[in-house]
Amino acid sequence: MSVSPTVPSTTPQRGWYKRNEIAITPWLFLLPAMLFFAVYVIIPIGQSFWISFHQWDGLGDKTWVGTANYERLLGIGEQNIDRKFEVSFWNNLRWLILYLLAIPAGLFIALFLNQTVFGIRLYKSLFFFPFVISQVVVGLVFSWFYLPNVGLFDVITGWFGIDVRGGILGNPSTATYGIIAAGLWPQTAYCMILYLTGLNAVDPEQVEAARLDGAKGRKMLWYVILPQLKPATFIAFVVTIIGALRSFDLISVMTNGGPFGSTRVLSFYMFEESLSEFGFRMGYGAAIAVVLFFIMLGFIVYFLWSMYQDEKGAH
Amino acid sequence: MKEAYWEDTMHSILKTSLAAFVAAGVTASTAVADGHALSGEFKIISDMSNPAPRAVMEGLVEDFGALHPGLDIELTIVDREAWKTQIRNALGANPPDVVNWYAANRMRPYVDAGLFADISDLWAEPEFEALASTKGAMTLDDKQWGVPYTYYQWGVYYRKDIFDQYGLSEPTTWEEEVANCQTLLDNGVKCYTIGTKFLWTAGGWFDYINSRTNGYDFHIALARGEIEWTDDRVRQTFANWRQLIDMGAFIDDHQTYSWQEALPFMLNGEAASYLMGNFAVAAMRDGGLTDEQLDFYQFPVINPDVDYAEDAPTDTFHIASGAQNVDAAKEFLRFVTSADVQTEINGGDALGQLPVNANASIDADKFLEQGFEMLSGNAGGGIMQFFDRDFDAEMASVGMEGLQEFMVFPDNLDDILARLEETRQRIYN
Repeated sequence: MSVSPTVPSTTPQRGWYKRNEIAITPWLFLLPAMLFFAVYVIIPIGQSFWISFHQWDGLGDKTWVGTANYERLLGIGEQNIDRKFEVSFWNNLRWLILYLLAIPAGLFIALFLNQTVFGIRLYKSLFFFPFVISQVVVGLVFSWFYLPNVGLFDVITGWFGIDVRGGILGNPSTATYGIIAAGLWPQTAYCMILYLTGLNAVDPEQVEAARLDGAKGRKMLWYVILPQLKPATFIAFVVTIIGALRSFDLISVMTNGGPFGSTRVLSFYMFEESLSEFGFRMGYGAAIAVVLFFIMLGFIVYFLWSMYQDEKGAH
Repeated sequence: MKEAYWEDTMHSILKTSLAAFVAAGVTASTAVADGHALSGEFKIISDMSNPAPRAVMEGLVEDFGALHPGLDIELTIVDREAWKTQIRNALGANPPDVVNWYAANRMRPYVDAGLFADISDLWAEPEFEALASTKGAMTLDDKQWGVPYTYYQWGVYYRKDIFDQYGLSEPTTWEEEVANCQTLLDNGVKCYTIGTKFLWTAGGWFDYINSRTNGYDFHIALARGEIEWTDDRVRQTFANWRQLIDMGAFIDDHQTYSWQEALPFMLNGEAASYLMGNFAVAAMRDGGLTDEQLDFYQFPVINPDVDYAEDAPTDTFHIASGAQNVDAAKEFLRFVTSADVQTEINGGDALGQLPVNANASIDADKFLEQGFEMLSGNAGGGIMQFFDRDFDAEMASVGMEGLQEFMVFPDNLDDILARLEETRQRIYN
């Protein structure tokens, strides 16, 4: 009888890490990002929620007030809705809708500049220029432009016999639109750049084929060019929506929320309540932040959903 | 915000003022040295960041260090606007010994949070009797929480040449004020320039019209939230104010200007006067007005039954409750408020404002002299610290916004007052 020799294990006992390498490595790579995302994004969001249920001046002890901040903000119960919040909310909507004008305007300029003539690079960079300069500078330039009596805008409207009382920025019914127009200037340039890069990727064969079939002008644009620009449009839409909701610096520079608070938006109101000179009502500021968060969340969910749909379609 | 606009015309005199400080320091040392030597680290955070105040602060530290060679003084100067929000963090963990801040209700959050040290014992010392006029502004809950180092008057700065041209004289009553204004308007000159973009300038007008209409006690009671904004007496204040607004006394479109942007109207002669703090004088002189063209009068009487009350915002030093070197900190506060140092730092070549010590002398400047005379002799009602320092912070911000709206759309008054009243009830109840 032969003794079957015990087969020496050809695979020596491997370490725990080696055994689980495939499963663990991705997590190790993800860990730093997850850590930072948690510390700088997820946890602060949780803290904001937590603070919004308190009354707190940022110095002393927090006092638990339950949903009182939200009740005051939204006018639940006997109190009236916070008027500053109401004004800010509607202004946010105005921003959201009117800011989207940057997309067609950017597309128009991109189509216009998408040609080969002498010095086109210079023209393109000149059109892109407003996006490069700081929002603060844009705000200052526009507020001088809008100055009553001496500002260029007032002089021009004066030729047509139009006189806006208090100047564009001094009149509560025009001030927000004035700021949005200032914001559109750099935002249009941004959308233009997105479309210019998009236009580079348009398939010339398709264009040629369409031309052979007799397509031109508006039909060519609508049925041939625009579908190919869909990724650019999507990105332009995302950055414009986010830009509109983040509109803070222009307001701060041009009107400081005035006249009498008529140009506030939620982000500015949140800053005023919690961090400005007369602020430090942290609980209330946090409640505004939470409301703004949910508004943004609506858009973010939509974007994620449509990206998911696209990827599903691609496979 | 008003306190941020020191004019920086005086930094060329840095050297001479330093020399003067040393001289002042020598005399002061005999007054304050009481035997025990100070030692250890001594940390100061100051918001005196504009050029002239910065030189003053650095001079102060240098002189104080010369008096107490055992001290290791560490001075940090923070931007004045930034300090308004940074003070909270600075006082939190590892606080300095001495910080700058403002008087009256502006101290409230730090007093309530226990971040300022109670220095009532310092105020009980006999030397501090010379500071009695500002004691009220430093008192909360019957204790004193800091010391003042400078203040300045408010009042009507006007173009004397324009007044002379139309045969006008300084008004002392409301009727004269309104009559003067009508004459100016008939000649195509606006009565008052003002820039309300940053709101606080409108607070000055409210302080004056309200205190002249209803008296200091009423004004302060309103600031403490004890009186309803919809009260008839408050409405009377707005009715008086509206008289001027309906006449067109204020420049147009003031809601788009800062206070500096409103200055050219006065410099060009399109407007004749400006209700402002004394810090505006430097800017007006820079703008080309001579002392012959520019003059000052006290805001006139509206209701003869109430005494004059004046806006005179006070800037202060405080000891942090977490201070490590309390002895040095107290000695520094004594030093800053002593008569000689007060004379020195408030001189025309330094801060150019009013000294808080009654034994200090005033610089030979016609506006400082008039201001000092007015505040010491003709402000029997009391000294106000200004709208945004007397009122609760939230009340002040909502309030000033309402005042600005009233100046542009006076018809909205009922709505504005209802809003302010709603805010008052929420804050003070």
